[in-house]
Amino acid sequence: MSESVEKIIGPRVPAEEMRVHRRRYLAPTVLFLLAAFLLVASIFEPYWRLTLHAPQYPNGLTVEAYLNNLTGDVNEIDGLNHYIGMRPLDEAAPFEKSVSVLGVAVVALLILAAVFVHSRWAALLALPALLFPVIFLVDLQYWLANFGQNLDPAAPLSNSVQPFVPPVLFEGKIAQFRTVASPDIGLWMAILASALILVGLYFHRRAYKPLVDAQEAVAVHE
Amino acid sequence: MKRALYLVFVLLMLASLLVGCSKDKSTPTPAASGEAGLPADSMAIAAERGLTPDDINAALMTYVPSGQWDEYLTFMSGGHSGNLVVVGVPSMRILKNIAVFTPEAWQGYGFGNTDIEAMLDAGNVDGEEIRMGDSHHPALSETAGDYDGQFIFINDKNSARVAVIDLRDFETKQIVKDPNIISNHGATFVSPNTDYIFQGAQYATPYGWEYAPISEYKEKYRGLLTAWKFDREKGRIVPEESFSIELPPYWQDLCDAGKLVSDGWVFCNSFNTELATGGNLEGQPNFEASVSQRDMDYMHIVDWKKAAQVVADGKADEINGMPVISIPTAVEEGILYLAPEPKSPHGMDVTPDGKYLVVAGKLDPHVTVYSFDKIQQAIAGNNSTPDEYGIPILNFDDVMVAQLEVGLGPLHTQFDDQGNAYTSLFLDSMVAKWKLGGDDPAAYTVLNKVPVQYNIGHLVAAEGDTVSPDGKYLIALNKWAVDRFTPVGPLLPQNEQLIDISGDNMKVIYDMAMGIGEPHYAQMIKADKINAINAYPEVGWDPLTWQKSEFATLPGEERIERNGNEVEVFMTSVRSHLTPDRIEVKEGDHVVWHITNIETAHDATHGFQLDGHNISLSLEPGETASFEFNATNSGTYPYYCTEFCSALHLEMMGYFLVEP
Repeated sequence: MSESVEKIIGPRVPAEEMRVHRRRYLAPTVLFLLAAFLLVASIFEPYWRLTLHAPQYPNGLTVEAYLNNLTGDVNEIDGLNHYIGMRPLDEAAPFEKSVSVLGVAVVALLILAAVFVHSRWAALLALPALLFPVIFLVDLQYWLANFGQNLDPAAPLSNSVQPFVPPVLFEGKIAQFRTVASPDIGLWMAILASALILVGLYFHRRAYKPLVDAQEAVAVHE
Repeated sequence: MKRALYLVFVLLMLASLLVGCSKDKSTPTPAASGEAGLPADSMAIAAERGLTPDDINAALMTYVPSGQWDEYLTFMSGGHSGNLVVVGVPSMRILKNIAVFTPEAWQGYGFGNTDIEAMLDAGNVDGEEIRMGDSHHPALSETAGDYDGQFIFINDKNSARVAVIDLRDFETKQIVKDPNIISNHGATFVSPNTDYIFQGAQYATPYGWEYAPISEYKEKYRGLLTAWKFDREKGRIVPEESFSIELPPYWQDLCDAGKLVSDGWVFCNSFNTELATGGNLEGQPNFEASVSQRDMDYMHIVDWKKAAQVVADGKADEINGMPVISIPTAVEEGILYLAPEPKSPHGMDVTPDGKYLVVAGKLDPHVTVYSFDKIQQAIAGNNSTPDEYGIPILNFDDVMVAQLEVGLGPLHTQFDDQGNAYTSLFLDSMVAKWKLGGDDPAAYTVLNKVPVQYNIGHLVAAEGDTVSPDGKYLIALNKWAVDRFTPVGPLLPQNEQLIDISGDNMKVIYDMAMGIGEPHYAQMIKADKINAINAYPEVGWDPLTWQKSEFATLPGEERIERNGNEVEVFMTSVRSHLTPDRIEVKEGDHVVWHITNIETAHDATHGFQLDGHNISLSLEPGETASFEFNATNSGTYPYYCTEFCSALHLEMMGYFLVEP
């Protein structure tokens, strides 16, 4: 193994040290594993939901966004959107939807890799997972703006409804509809995974920093 | 370290809580009930409107606030309007007027829709289009003698037809015409598991309604009982597996199927055992007098299970395509018996336990109660005398348990869950509540009566003819309203009166004006037994075949195909446009037109009419419907959505151009 790779994966824990301070080294591992598990599980849950409230829809209209598809009252919402010239919702984010499942799997694998990396490089491996919820929301807001801004000028209601930017979270208003956008289970799982990674990185540093320092001290001596 | 683990634990708990919360679909809860005692402003309203405490109680018992649902649904026949009316209880609001035998434009029923036209044509008589009916007795499908909420059947007295209505979409699916009789009344009544739907004749005619001189009434005119086989899976009557039993030309009246101990038997009243044939212009008495001469008429007692076996054994004669068991065969096989019953009785109602039959006197102030057990003993005892057609007449005293004087003009009986019976009294304009006494004649007693307005015919209690009646509500189906409602001309609405039967004394709590038909019988079912759909299962659905239509048209598939002088249109409807919105044909072209409502939203129905043409469709969400016609008149005809579907509903139109 080359020296640089050794430096990246960091020092191994001596068996005696592991026996004495088992919990110290177990903590970051457990937290990272949990985070990876949560991220993978989140693929099967909706990330975001938008509910439209209007008098004639007493139960509201809801669309749930999974990482790779939309479910719920998509037909009805598309039907209504044609009045203002908005494109069908399924046309949004084609690239993101096609790579998201694989992407999240890779991000989760990177966290698993971080379990075996005992240097500060672990933080870099965990970074995509850490930022994933933010990336999701920023991308979604981009698409909402893209759809809201690019309305068909020939639509029936294009005179009365001007292009707009639907908010990615909280409340909005369009014609008689009050819209409520909120994170759904999947996104909460991803956020929880981020939190676990943050805490895990803290324990990671507490566990391995002394070993790294010790190794560097030895290296300097040599 | 411990703190860290605790932190992880808390986070996980928090996550599971969030998951739990978001899975919890919030359901609307009924508004909290108001506080006890009426507030002063309510009392002021009551005083101003002159409402008595009873009125106020009645209002409180029947008012169903916006957004809340009725506890029961009552299916009332529409009489000679030929339809079936769905009424909520206790609100007594009309929820739907299901078109059955008569075309109805709002439902797009019988105005061009190819499927429906074909279904109605199955009820034609000798090629004559019959586009109305006289619907009398609805029967909900049953499982083990209890309503199962899947189907409802109804007869047409006028031309002896029976219709099947599916309670998934509350639409008529089938009409069958009896090939031998032209008049029925004792229909529809189902066997406890809806294997058969029974239909008894009324006015006797020669079979196939062929001509025979009235002087040959006794020899050539006949009554009939038909057992229509029902295939629950397909939701259809199977005429090929149905059969009939020949009956004498007594006029068979109401029937009821046995249940529990009496399962396998069906019982029908009759009148005109006098075999009167009219002739009032020739100096003979009117029918009303001549059919009412004898003190006793005959109950027909039929072993339908044995009859089905006899048919399976090939012992029936085929008449006009229907296996008919002749009277001699029926007698020989022990299928058919008669029992005397007083003076042109009307209602025939089997008690919930299946042990007794209640026959209401009509011209006799008694109800006569028969014991199924005693009937069986009498049949086994062989102590009978034959009528003039050779059918054994059981001895009245051998089969009768009790006769109870309930009042004048007793017609029909229903039951509650406390062992009580309720009989309508036409002449007294009352409902009599009386106690069933089992095998002890002395235990039968009249408990009390309530006046109704006026001339009550049938009555219906909540699930009141099943093996487990609910009690609680009773509706008096009154023939006359006279002074009950604000005048609307000489043809008055019927008065359907809701009666609270939860206490010892019956109380009328609502008068409902029925201005769209004349209900005869009705059945009341707990609403939550019915699973009605909100939209068809798939876009492009054919409601009649209950599968995707071969003419289903999805967005992007809209087209006009021309083949010689035949033009086929594949159209979609969605808020707020029809595609295509311009159709050009040549005069003389044959036009076949399919429309698919591609909507899936609750209540997003579109209607369709074509100006200058007798065409009206109702396209419920997901439905595909077709019609066809010859473009015989050149001209320019707008077509449009008839159901106000959206803010741009008026724009939802197109032009149909017929070039000369």
